[in-house]
Amino acid sequence: MFWDTLGYIVIAVGVSFDLLGTIGLVRLPDVYNRLQAATKCVTLGTAFLLIGVFIVSGFNAMGIKALVCAAFVLITSPTGAHALARGSHRGGVKLWEGSVKDVYAEDNPE
Amino acid sequence: MIQILIYILVFAAFLCLYRMGKGPTPSDRAVALDILGTLMVGFCALSAITTGKDFYINIGISWALLSYVGTIALAKFLENRSFDE
Amino acid sequence: MKFIGEFIILFGVWLLLTWTLAPAQVIAGAVITLLVIGLVGDLFVFKARALNPIRIFWAILYVPYLMWYIILANFDVAYRVISPELPIRPGIVKIKTSLKSDMAKTALANSITLTPGTMTVDIKDDELYIHWIYIHGKDVHQWTKSIVGRFEPMLRRIFE
Repeated sequence: MFWDTLGYIVIAVGVSFDLLGTIGLVRLPDVYNRLQAATKCVTLGTAFLLIGVFIVSGFNAMGIKALVCAAFVLITSPTGAHALARGSHRGGVKLWEGSVKDVYAEDNPE
Repeated sequence: MIQILIYILVFAAFLCLYRMGKGPTPSDRAVALDILGTLMVGFCALSAITTGKDFYINIGISWALLSYVGTIALAKFLENRSFDE
Repeated sequence: MKFIGEFIILFGVWLLLTWTLAPAQVIAGAVITLLVIGLVGDLFVFKARALNPIRIFWAILYVPYLMWYIILANFDVAYRVISPELPIRPGIVKIKTSLKSDMAKTALANSITLTPGTMTVDIKDDELYIHWIYIHGKDVHQWTKSIVGRFEPMLRRIFE
């Protein structure tokens, strides 16, 4: 009973992080900021959700698979974000006009 | 209780779709697609815990890996490069 | 040596994913593992020094350390997203790292992406370009100190 309650609390925390990440995706001004908010919050939210599934179901096929899936998400998601950021910058997407500086564009002229 | 969480996730997926439809540049749409993939993994996990069947987690694992490959391919495409590099 | 390491890792992942010891599953897993190693085994990076227990100890210690910063990062981003006036001052900065091996640089880049307000955009030799959501400091030294200062010592103990 205790483990079920703890698991559902962890799942609820994960879902609220997911919601915050997608609100950031809608509110923030340019691609890089959106990528930043969305990647961090949604990655941790989904990892929490899967860990919550592990806590609820315990050491059986479902729980162990959920843990392996959480490890996959935590490893692949930052790499994908890194590739998308590099691709957008090289593809010519400009930073938001309120940005302070862009050393990458200074060091890599077109 | 768990129904409310599923509704919240569906609302988050609609926010992603809003950004995918509106996004001014192709990169915005690619970011929204990547995030939608990660959200769907969470949705599969919630389905698994609701129904008690563990094959939903298998769908989630394959979805996570395929979404990663798709994101890398989209990033290459945004960079205006060929795929065989 | 490399072959044994690859076999243990891949077969372990197979056993975790199926989570059964039925003979049919185990034999199928062994056959598929050998097939995968035969086809793409050259792509793996596996060195014998990875089995050093001191490195494994530091790697296990690194996980909760990183987890703590990831949770801090999420509250930071959540605060910036919710507050009505959007307290952001974004930009791309450059930092220098003293790590040498490729694995260590990859781990550093992924750790930076998951921690508060920073995201790796590109790596060139020993320079990393970081998108930062709220820039402090003036030059490369201050940026380096405040972004990678908390990860480099532990990563050096793990990978070098």
